[in-house]
Amino acid sequence: MQHHALAARRAIADCGIAKSAIDGYVSTSGGGPGAGDDAVSMAEYLGVNHRYIDGTMVGGSSFEFHVQHAAAAIREGLCDTVLVTYGSDQLTRMGRVLGTGGFQRDAQPVAGAMQMATPYGLPLVGAYALAAHRHMHEFGTTSKQLAEIAVGIREFAGLNPDARYGDPITVEDVLNSRMIADPLHKLDCCVITDGGGALVMTTEEIARDLRHVPVYVLGAAGTQTHWNIHQMPDFTEMGATVCGPEAMGQAGVTPADIDTAQLYDSFTITVLLMLEGLGFCGKGEGGSYVQEGHLRRGGSMPTNTDGGGLSSNHPGMRGIFLLIEAVRQLRGHGGEAQVPDAEVALACGSGGWLSAIGTVVLGKDRPS
Amino acid sequence: MRVVRDLEWQGPVPAGEGEYGEFFAAAAEGRLLIQQCPQCGHRQHYPRALCTACAAVPEWIEASGTGTVYTYTIVRQYGVPAFAELPYVLAMVDLPEGVRMFGGLTGVDPEAVEIGMPVSAYARTYDDDHAMVFWEPA
Repeated sequence: MQHHALAARRAIADCGIAKSAIDGYVSTSGGGPGAGDDAVSMAEYLGVNHRYIDGTMVGGSSFEFHVQHAAAAIREGLCDTVLVTYGSDQLTRMGRVLGTGGFQRDAQPVAGAMQMATPYGLPLVGAYALAAHRHMHEFGTTSKQLAEIAVGIREFAGLNPDARYGDPITVEDVLNSRMIADPLHKLDCCVITDGGGALVMTTEEIARDLRHVPVYVLGAAGTQTHWNIHQMPDFTEMGATVCGPEAMGQAGVTPADIDTAQLYDSFTITVLLMLEGLGFCGKGEGGSYVQEGHLRRGGSMPTNTDGGGLSSNHPGMRGIFLLIEAVRQLRGHGGEAQVPDAEVALACGSGGWLSAIGTVVLGKDRPS
Repeated sequence: MRVVRDLEWQGPVPAGEGEYGEFFAAAAEGRLLIQQCPQCGHRQHYPRALCTACAAVPEWIEASGTGTVYTYTIVRQYGVPAFAELPYVLAMVDLPEGVRMFGGLTGVDPEAVEIGMPVSAYARTYDDDHAMVFWEPA
């Protein structure tokens, strides 16, 4: 709850809006079971008597879906100003068990569709490893190519003083790091941290009087192909193939118009599948695309300029940080990691097990 | 399908509510069940109370118990006490009946597992009347 509050305080101060002007609230139980930070509890804690509320929970991409919903609510006049918050003290509460320890720590019966997987001992990393192996099998993608993703994002993390890990790494470092679940090494996996973030969304009219030149939502779309990994229809393809083109279509842009991408890097394979799904490269070509250096600083598609989940921070549901970094880049507040002349940024979140994908296109210029 | 009596299992078990329970009970009797829709012919797994294609009530059919590995992973680190014996293999298996099933793949050197390798199902009981489905090289 305190992480939500800290982030809300900073976001409100940053844009200079009166807290009393907030009449919409969007959040999700970011802290996980037992954290008590569901949307209604948080609305009370933060003192927001909302006219519009949304507690959509689709995993880490929830915030991309929230932007889609809040933009529609504001357009429809359900409210004028929406506060979106996220907070998680997952590292403090659970330690590093999330990735390799699992949610199920004892012999409790497992209900729902997870009973088809959890009793076999499926760790979170293992679920993504299933996708990585299949992609390697079908397209010849290599561990070296996946490692390149982690190396490029670490380079950006080195420019972010708040990043969890900032020391440069090499492809060999990734390949030599401990194998967690074949073919994913430790450095193919995101970090585990605490953290929080918040966004303020409002009408153009209200935004005009605030502290910053506004960033516009040009497009937002989401889709779900499955929830549990064992129901993924094609382990080499994620829903970004659907919601990516839809969001870019709304914005009237193509991948060539995107100046920087903030992609959900829970694991290196997540980024690879997303690049293909979004159409930044052809299906099966993700490996050679990343090897060409497009994602790097100075590349054609600088990606995860804050150091991403692989190196900067990952409190469990990282989607909000994709949006925050996209906004920072479009405002020109990217510091040393600033992408020159960034005018259009894309954020793509993945929730669940490559399951619920949300794409948001943000722009510096008013949508025409 | 071969049934192994293993009541020593101390790890997490399926809750077995609704159709799930019917699946795990049949497995304990050596039958591998999947669902087929009497209306549209769609086949599905895991079991549900409706056909995901047309919303009719699905019926059970018995699968042959054979399959091929669609993808797999070798788990080398997992902090749950029940799974302390590492490494082990988890796989998605394509059944000739047209559904895909997740499960443990045993009886094989993890390094020797390959996508496309033929496997067959066996059941391992976790209580007197229910069993989970595992796979081994065919």
